[in-house]
Amino acid sequence: MPTKIEKDSVTGRETTGHEWDGLKELNTPLPRWWLTLFYVTIAFAVVWVILYPAIPVSGLRGLTGWTARGALGPEIQAEQAKQAPMLAKLRTATPAQIAADPELRNYALAGGRIAFANNCAACHGAGGQGAPGGFPSLADDDWLYGGSFDAIRFTIEHGVRNGEDAEARGIAMPRFLADGMLNAGQVNDVADYVLSLSGRATDAAAAGRGETVFAENCVACHGERGEGNREMGAPRLSDQVWLYGGDRPSVLRSIGYAHAGVMPAWGKRLDPAVINMLTVYVHALGGGE
Amino acid sequence: MGALQPPDQASPEAPAASAAAPLYARRQAVYPKVVRGRVRRAKWLILALCLLLYYAVPLIRWDRGPDMPSQAVLVDMQAGRFFLFWIEIWPQEVYYLTGLLVLGAVGLFAATSLFGRVWCGFTCPQTVWTDLFMLVERRIQGDRNARMRLDLKPWTREWVVKKALTHAVWLGIAAATGGAWIMYFNDALEMTPRFFTGQASLEVYFFFALFTATTYLLAGWAREQVCTYMCPWPRFQAAMLDENSLVVTYRAWRGEPRGKAKAADVGDCVDCRACVNVCPTGIDIRDGQQMECIGCGLCIDACDDVMTKLQRPRGLVAFETLANLAASEAAAGSLPPGSGRRACGMQARRAPRFLRPRTLVYAAALALVVAAMAGAWLLRQTTSLAVIRDRAPIFVRLSDGGIRNAYMLKLGDKTPGVEAYRLVLDAPAGLQLIVLDAEADPAGAPVLTTRPDGITQWRALVTAPAGLRLPESLPVTFRLVDAQGRVAVSTGSAFLGPKP
Repeated sequence: MPTKIEKDSVTGRETTGHEWDGLKELNTPLPRWWLTLFYVTIAFAVVWVILYPAIPVSGLRGLTGWTARGALGPEIQAEQAKQAPMLAKLRTATPAQIAADPELRNYALAGGRIAFANNCAACHGAGGQGAPGGFPSLADDDWLYGGSFDAIRFTIEHGVRNGEDAEARGIAMPRFLADGMLNAGQVNDVADYVLSLSGRATDAAAAGRGETVFAENCVACHGERGEGNREMGAPRLSDQVWLYGGDRPSVLRSIGYAHAGVMPAWGKRLDPAVINMLTVYVHALGGGE
Repeated sequence: MGALQPPDQASPEAPAASAAAPLYARRQAVYPKVVRGRVRRAKWLILALCLLLYYAVPLIRWDRGPDMPSQAVLVDMQAGRFFLFWIEIWPQEVYYLTGLLVLGAVGLFAATSLFGRVWCGFTCPQTVWTDLFMLVERRIQGDRNARMRLDLKPWTREWVVKKALTHAVWLGIAAATGGAWIMYFNDALEMTPRFFTGQASLEVYFFFALFTATTYLLAGWAREQVCTYMCPWPRFQAAMLDENSLVVTYRAWRGEPRGKAKAADVGDCVDCRACVNVCPTGIDIRDGQQMECIGCGLCIDACDDVMTKLQRPRGLVAFETLANLAASEAAAGSLPPGSGRRACGMQARRAPRFLRPRTLVYAAALALVVAAMAGAWLLRQTTSLAVIRDRAPIFVRLSDGGIRNAYMLKLGDKTPGVEAYRLVLDAPAGLQLIVLDAEADPAGAPVLTTRPDGITQWRALVTAPAGLRLPESLPVTFRLVDAQGRVAVSTGSAFLGPKP
């Protein structure tokens, strides 16, 4: 409040007493209703604080008992009711049938995308690109357990080496060096042989010795020419995709100490409709088989 | 005591005045008197036209074929479409709306610099609805004096009945206003029965209530306060006005000094306050240009009426340029009042200059925006292809050592028909294109089909076989080729691989 009120000689009105470089501001009073409205908003705020949870202290909930989650409940239910017919169809159809029906396929791709981000992306990456250290890429054409709709669905439902599902995929590879099944020299030799399967420069003599070791220890799972075995989840060794790294030290480590990637059995966690949507989505990532 | 006087020389009684200095002011009630004349007739005509336009436009039908709305002007929020007769606009084409808003703004500037505040005084919804509400008020409570008398005796039976009736009619008009508003966002013929049977959505009732309430409050209660306190336009419209703009003015050179009609040596203004009594914002036009003046020109009619009765020429208050006002003042200001001064002053006037740098700039801006919008509309593509490259993973190494990139294709079709296009990849030889779940033509190229007035999505995989030497980033182009072999759309993207 200005202490001294002066009148502007031109307009005859009072000034606010504020001065900027010789310019003074006229006192132009706000309308009374504006003030009233201001008081109304204060009263509104008081009522609001009493009725609604406004103070961030647990236990102070407001008289109405309103919660954001509670207010969302009916909306969630309405959404679920809206989705129910579609989900029922997705539950009974096979992934191949879903993929063949444009409407179901669109829905499954959209729903699968969300479900993938919620459940799978932590290990397999946001776009299914996988991650070093045993999280396979789902966007390439290399499938440990098969890339058909049925194979993908089975893998998602039962998981891999998880100990919670009797039908889980994969068996464990022996730890050839750690458990003394092969000595260091043999592991070296067989590593050279494995690298030669995918056409990389190796020590030919060592690879030749390794071929015998391979034939005695590895062919049962990985196949005679390292073509792999999907029944056991034994990866193909003759291609360019390496789950645990394709350089010599990584291959040595894989042979000597083995790896056994695990994946939960999602059949115990997710609705069959969601698993079907995930199957269609994962199949579309890299084109499937 | 001047405004520039230092505060320490202020009069000694100044501190006492601080108690009286009001921080908040009561609204001064305005009781505009009824007026007849040419401006008033024009205002009634424009009011009727505006209201007719507002209420009738949603009823116009326009056949767009099955499954499409048949309302000529419709903002379909659910489907994300704006329909304007034959024009259909998608949300991403909101720049057409931006263009319209720019046109509106520049048009407003141009009109203001030519004719003053014609928008405020004649066509602004606040003015149109306030005018309508005042008409209701006058019909029920009587003219200015009757209304003032009525308000002196509140809570009498007459007061209660008349006020209640006025507010009831106001609310009715407000409800019709709010009701018409929702028709621009919903099909009018389909929504009306649902609205009255309580089957419309909550949003519909909410916006109906919102626009009913704002109409009632703004046109019934707030009135001129909207223009003086809320609206930003009066605050800066002075920047568009200059001495050649036609504005509502009082010809002081002719009217001053004021005096009784029969007095000698006085000007034409008889100080009857007719111009003040009819003013909807309650100001005195004789005080000169004011921010509160909305330029409605009702004071012109009121003054003309008085001048006619006094058998003096009309136009003491008129649409006049400030340049003419100054010219008349210079020519006739020193002459004694009377017909000689009148004639001399009127002779000094020149026709308003409409072609001025300011108006030419506005005209050029208008022409530019119109041309840009027309050009954009004529070149508008009804088919669109968006190519979104997968970023995770950036590329995939295949088991044979090949490199693959994945793309999301979004094929949009703004026409009601289904069309099929061959997808061709314009890239160095060797790159192979597959589109998942797409049909193929006899030559093996993928064929993409559109959805009428919608978007279809496809996933395309482009593979470079092992051994093909490519740069880290290779520009590629996806082309849609129609049945005649013409390229409909081309969209560029990139094919990424490991560092060579």
